[in-house]
Amino acid sequence: MSDILEIFMSASFWAAAIRIATPLIFGVIGALICERAGVLNLGIEGIFTAGAMAGWMAVWLGAGLWGGVLVAALAGGFFGLIHAVLTVPLGLSQHVSGIGVTLFATSLSYFIYRTALPDVSSPPRIEAFQSLDIPVLSDLPFLGPALFQQTPLTFLALFLVAATAYVLYRTPLGLAIQAVGDNPAAVESQGLSVYGLRIGAIVAGSAIMALGGAFLTMSAFDAFFFGMVNGRGWICIALTVFASWRPGKALLGALLFGAFDAFQVRLQTEVGSFIPGQVFLMMPYILSIAALIVVARRADYPRALLVPYFKGQR
Amino acid sequence: MIRFEPRGPVAVSRMVGVSVTAALAALVLAAIPMLFAGLSVLEAYGLMIKGAWGSLFAFTEMLTRAAPLILTGLAAAVAFRAKLWNIGAEGQLYAGALAAVAVGTGLISGPSFVLVPAVILAGALAGGLVMLVPTLLKTRLGVDEVVTTLLLNFVILLFVQMMLEGPMQDPMGMGWPQSEPILDEAALPKLMDRMRIHWGLIIALTASLGVYFLLKRTVWGFEIRAVGENASAARHAGIPVTATFIRVGLLSGALAGLAGVGEVAGLKGYLTADLSPGFGYSGIVVAMLAGLSPIGVVFAALFIASIFVGADSMSRATGVSNYLADLIVAISLLCVLVSGLFLRFRIRLASTRPAQETAK
Repeated sequence: MSDILEIFMSASFWAAAIRIATPLIFGVIGALICERAGVLNLGIEGIFTAGAMAGWMAVWLGAGLWGGVLVAALAGGFFGLIHAVLTVPLGLSQHVSGIGVTLFATSLSYFIYRTALPDVSSPPRIEAFQSLDIPVLSDLPFLGPALFQQTPLTFLALFLVAATAYVLYRTPLGLAIQAVGDNPAAVESQGLSVYGLRIGAIVAGSAIMALGGAFLTMSAFDAFFFGMVNGRGWICIALTVFASWRPGKALLGALLFGAFDAFQVRLQTEVGSFIPGQVFLMMPYILSIAALIVVARRADYPRALLVPYFKGQR
Repeated sequence: MIRFEPRGPVAVSRMVGVSVTAALAALVLAAIPMLFAGLSVLEAYGLMIKGAWGSLFAFTEMLTRAAPLILTGLAAAVAFRAKLWNIGAEGQLYAGALAAVAVGTGLISGPSFVLVPAVILAGALAGGLVMLVPTLLKTRLGVDEVVTTLLLNFVILLFVQMMLEGPMQDPMGMGWPQSEPILDEAALPKLMDRMRIHWGLIIALTASLGVYFLLKRTVWGFEIRAVGENASAARHAGIPVTATFIRVGLLSGALAGLAGVGEVAGLKGYLTADLSPGFGYSGIVVAMLAGLSPIGVVFAALFIASIFVGADSMSRATGVSNYLADLIVAISLLCVLVSGLFLRFRIRLASTRPAQETAK
């Protein structure tokens, strides 16, 4: 028992929780923006992969770390645009289009990686983001190492949470995005473009999702591996429902998830000899399903989610 | 909304046209990454056709690859017909394979005519039961099945790895994470000497006919189609919607489980955690290319299997990554989505506007 308490008292545990949460924060915020506009984006898993590969490759080719971040976002926006064109003006099935984008983005990323690096035995490494050294804050006892010794992308994720909340609740654009996911006909009658708002939201959301992938290859690790996204995108879709499509709750959900994951990894070192490692690896997925079950009854889906809108047709 | 249902003989020929157009469009678009990789496109396609159809061996290899794709394609088609979004065929395939290995490596013993059906039943049952979980979560608690089926894929694969490193590991396997070999009496018989093609293909073709008959000629099939068209209207018409979802879930999972049975009891002979190169996900592409028609699934599976087997062979000859196959398959899915729409617009243009208004 005291061992378990000790886990929570260590700064490295909280630092790990935030590190695990970071890609999920990007993913949930991206998914939330798409879904608030009324479009489910199951392309997320592939967009994560594309962001991870494109960002890493740009840095490897000499674009610099922030250049890599930009390339990852552009790659995400590109695949988002495909999903947007298929689901918004063409009104095709959001489920199938999303799966299609995931398959396309994943296989294209793998193909490009393999074509550029045909026979490398170990994946080449880049100089990844280092943790920021913020004056005063990083040096605080306990709180410094627990909260403030993270890489710049983590702070970018936190900034995006605040920015998304501000735009969504405090600006006309945000209110229009919310309205287009609830009642697109009303938005059209205001003289706003339903298609424009939805396509814009999907492209922006997808660009943010891709940053979650970029975090994996440019902060958490320093190389690209096949299968490294490993369902994180799908977990984000579950967390988005759990977060009731609210940026603040999304942050909270991702951090809870990160804390749980960091905890179980540490628990594994305590009881790992009795329980097979796979049980712990299953936990994130089972936890996501559990989170969905908990909120399923009272989930307040955006009312026009999954419903395509055609001009002049009610 | 898009209508998935082909209606009447004219629509069937249109569906075929859509699928063929989509497949051709995918092959044309795939030329872009092929040029990017420095391939000569026509030569590469020549190698692919030769690799999948050029010899008896190549052809049987292609058919061997098509068998699981037919089954996972049927799993997706039957579920999507009812708008039950089962994206978990990959996990259900592994569950079926695990059950087949559990039964087929000595749990029961007996002659082939007992063991083979037992292995097949166990695999189908395991796949069906795995899909029952997200189906019940959907019908009882309103949990979206897309995300649960996707997440369960990871859980099941980890469970398989756990069993293969634990209780089900082959003691003679030099420590590799693989199961004991399936007993000879439990293995699906080969169809031809010195070829890998096995009875899994016959199971798949039978399943395709069975699903066709079920959808076209039975009350359950009618209910599945009605629920897929409009679940709330079906409920008002007195169709047992919840029971229909559960039946579809069980059937869809069982079909994916059968794919696992064939791979393990017909092809490999023992289970490893890399049994399936994404058959569950490719099954979705197969189903969509087939316009969700159970007969069409057979032809779509032959196309996708040709791409996989052909690209493997082309990759060996040219050194270009065989991820090209996954890429062509993904492009096919996007193309069939778009070409389905192209078809819809043709229909609209064919009818006069007022007539269409009243038809709506």
